[in-house]
Amino acid sequence: MSMNNQGRPTRAGEASGPELGTISGDRGLDHEEPLIFELGRPGHSGVDISDVQVSDARLGGFKRRAPIGLPGLSEPEVVRHYVRLSRMNYAIDSGLYPLGSCTMKHNPRLNEAMARLPGFADVHPLQPQKTVQGALTLIGELMRWLTTLTGMPAVAMSPKAGAHGELCGMLAIRAAIAAKGERRPRVLVPESAHGTNPATAAFAGFTVDEIPAKGDGHVDVAALKAKLGSDVGAVMLTNPNTCGLFEKPIREIADAVHAAGAYFYCDGANFNAIAGRVRPGDLGVDAMHINLHKTFSTPHGGGGPGAGPVVLSERLAPFAPLPLLVHDAEGFRLIEDRAELPEGARPFGRMSAFHGQMGMFVRALAYMLSHGADGIRQASEDAVLSANYILASLKDVMSAPFGDGPCMHEALFDDSFLEGTGVTTLDFAKAMIDEGYHPMTMYFPLVVHGAMLIEPTESESKESLDRFIHVLRGLAAEAKAGDVERFQGAPRFTPRRRLDETAAARKPVLRWKQPELKRAAE
Amino acid sequence: MRYLPLTQADRAAMLSRIGVDGVDALFRDVPKEAVVGRARFDLPDAQGEIEVSRLLSRMAAKSVAAGNVAFFCGAGAYRHHVPAAVDHLIQRSEFLTSYTPYQPEIAQGTLQYLFEFQTQVALLTGMEVANASLYDGSTATAEAVLMARRVTRKSKAVLSGGLHRHYAETVETMAEIGGEVVRATATPGKAEDLATLIDDNTACVVVQSPDVFGLVRDMKPIAAAAQAKGALLIVVVTEVVSLGLLESPGAMGADIVVAEGQSIGNGLNFGGPYVGLFATREKYLRQMPGRLVGETADTVGRRGYVLTLSTREQHIRREKATSNICTNSGLCALAFTIHLSLLGEEGLARLARANHARASGLADRLSRIGGVTLVTPTFFNEFALRLPKPAAQVVDALADRNVMAGVPASRLFPREHENLLIVAATETNTDEDCAALEVALTEVLA
Repeated sequence: MSMNNQGRPTRAGEASGPELGTISGDRGLDHEEPLIFELGRPGHSGVDISDVQVSDARLGGFKRRAPIGLPGLSEPEVVRHYVRLSRMNYAIDSGLYPLGSCTMKHNPRLNEAMARLPGFADVHPLQPQKTVQGALTLIGELMRWLTTLTGMPAVAMSPKAGAHGELCGMLAIRAAIAAKGERRPRVLVPESAHGTNPATAAFAGFTVDEIPAKGDGHVDVAALKAKLGSDVGAVMLTNPNTCGLFEKPIREIADAVHAAGAYFYCDGANFNAIAGRVRPGDLGVDAMHINLHKTFSTPHGGGGPGAGPVVLSERLAPFAPLPLLVHDAEGFRLIEDRAELPEGARPFGRMSAFHGQMGMFVRALAYMLSHGADGIRQASEDAVLSANYILASLKDVMSAPFGDGPCMHEALFDDSFLEGTGVTTLDFAKAMIDEGYHPMTMYFPLVVHGAMLIEPTESESKESLDRFIHVLRGLAAEAKAGDVERFQGAPRFTPRRRLDETAAARKPVLRWKQPELKRAAE
Repeated sequence: MRYLPLTQADRAAMLSRIGVDGVDALFRDVPKEAVVGRARFDLPDAQGEIEVSRLLSRMAAKSVAAGNVAFFCGAGAYRHHVPAAVDHLIQRSEFLTSYTPYQPEIAQGTLQYLFEFQTQVALLTGMEVANASLYDGSTATAEAVLMARRVTRKSKAVLSGGLHRHYAETVETMAEIGGEVVRATATPGKAEDLATLIDDNTACVVVQSPDVFGLVRDMKPIAAAAQAKGALLIVVVTEVVSLGLLESPGAMGADIVVAEGQSIGNGLNFGGPYVGLFATREKYLRQMPGRLVGETADTVGRRGYVLTLSTREQHIRREKATSNICTNSGLCALAFTIHLSLLGEEGLARLARANHARASGLADRLSRIGGVTLVTPTFFNEFALRLPKPAAQVVDALADRNVMAGVPASRLFPREHENLLIVAATETNTDEDCAALEVALTEVLA
């Protein structure tokens, strides 16, 4: 160990012996943090509001009798609590986040600032329409971008997330089938599809029929065609698919679906691979949701809020849900009442109160305006280039089941390179955490064993990709060298080691209870 | 392009490692005829922050922001003060730019605040368990109806006429597929008799309180009527601050409580994103939609949190899932949790009292105007007024005088209740705002 001239050690040496237990239980910047309910004291508040007494006269005798049970804390205590919690999270801002099919790209802060402009953020959904022209103009402009980029004639803006958009598209299809007086209860869904696809089809009242994937990761077109018939309402296909591959015969599939009188639903979760380069409208798509939180970079926020506008073909456009946005001599106008519908419109219903995820719309449009059509195309190309670079740099040490050809925006590996090592996909992922990375998507898609789906996005520099590749190559080598403990004991350098998910599900504890209540309940 | 780190030299080096000449080779599976030439899009090219910011700021300025006028709109979305700390904290990178907490060891921050959120929602609603949020109040209501069908194995849903019309339409859109949805006629200011609509095939009765006209209503008779027929009572709350002053729906016999959580922590945002609250009894847990966070321990025995009971969810159960929902409303739920933590028991009670006092004073003031009558006898911070003229015209005229007087009932119930105006008042309204509304309304009605 080297010493500086005061005799202090300047680098870790003997000092890094067995782990030191601290008196506080904290370790440097890693703080333990109790639940908010275990902090504070009655009567305290972090918000100053004058204490007004009210009469019971207008409360109908329903004044609350029992206290709620919320703790009382000052503002500094609340701020510290949530800052400490935040420090237990991994984030795209702090590191590469290669979750396949989730698209963790950079979230520009300009978009946050724009979403907070009072003319977008501080307007009420039911203000007189003449007073919300700025907000309506923004929605109209975003609709123009979405329909132009997808080459589709119409878009429904109210769905609140991808799965909600799927439901919107499938309800439009259901309405179109009913309008023709047909009965088409069956929907075909490839086995590689996101779980939301079959769940949505079932929710929309269809029965689900699975189409197998071929050995090369593509949907089995012959099997699909064989299942088509007069009772099939729709085919739901993700393209690029969840193996990161483009379904080349998509036109052929669309034509077959249409010839059978059915509708073609495309899951747009992976639109970020082709945006600005390919228009789904040119591929025969009837409906496609767009996850604004993936392709157009609205923040994932730890699991929402998302936004899932759905573009619709000429055949489905009349069935778009309320409200509709139209533009006339007086400006933009929302149509919320069936008596005011434009000619030909036959909305299937309403997806939610109000008009959609405005806050997400602003962020997405700010992203689009910043990139421009040229930048959106470049982003898609860089995303595909980066995924292929990872595939090319890892396929000799990790197993890429479909690695012979190029992939789109994500590279799929399976666990055959770990065979005989005693290391599983889960172990490999947890070891990545110790290396400072968020793991890739694990065990999805279901069509390969022990799947590892890597989506680097366009937001990483080549240096960042090279470092990531270096680390994964190193881990693959360690696994093959038999260092099983490194993997099975991972993660070690995290706020928590592996958590017992089985116990959590067996005896669910879903809320905090006051200790005495907890004892009484047991 | 400022967001793209790769240089031309990087791209060339990467293509060379891949072993192709150009990026087009990577798109070889895409049909040529579907590839769009660069000039084919009638859209602008990339712009800098200055240009984008200017363009959007000018666009936003074409709206009248609520903060610039005397503002009294409610009917499902409420303007409350959100402490500055809330927006600061939810913009921390680690919250804003993280994904769903699928890797719990590096997502304890998200998981713990969701566990706190679930606890807060259960406490507020007076229920045993709550989920980690749904999209908003309206979709949560639809999910509650579908859940009631799974629990009771019956198919009819009865909706109160006082349920927000957009909520009723959302429920009908999602629930008419699997059974009948019956909507009672709205009776502004009065609790309708729902018992006669409940029969042996009724899965649930959906009642909003305070209802869309502001009426605070007694749930106990409806709970009893529902229970007698084996149906569940779903209580909907669109103004969640009311729970700081009013008896919880759980205490009044609700089986499922859904709420719009926007009022706490979240701005108006022209209707979204908001946050749906969903709470129920423990015995119905496995029929619940949406994500759940549960407590557990790590390998060395320390308390921690994980997503749990995911065997209900679409990524495991696919077409047999309890819901197709994947996303929740994470960051809006965080804003809710932080704001409610700042308020605490005492702060929420004071906030609720301030709202009721403000609305009560305003109702007195406005009902003194000639020709104006107060329709809602018991309310929290919102009430309906009957005007001598169609409310939509009045609201329009008042908007020109920088007063947003409220929501005309006809906006929600087209061609019905045309003279009814729904007025909401919160802690953000000043005495001057209330005076401005009184003066302007008096003038317009004169």
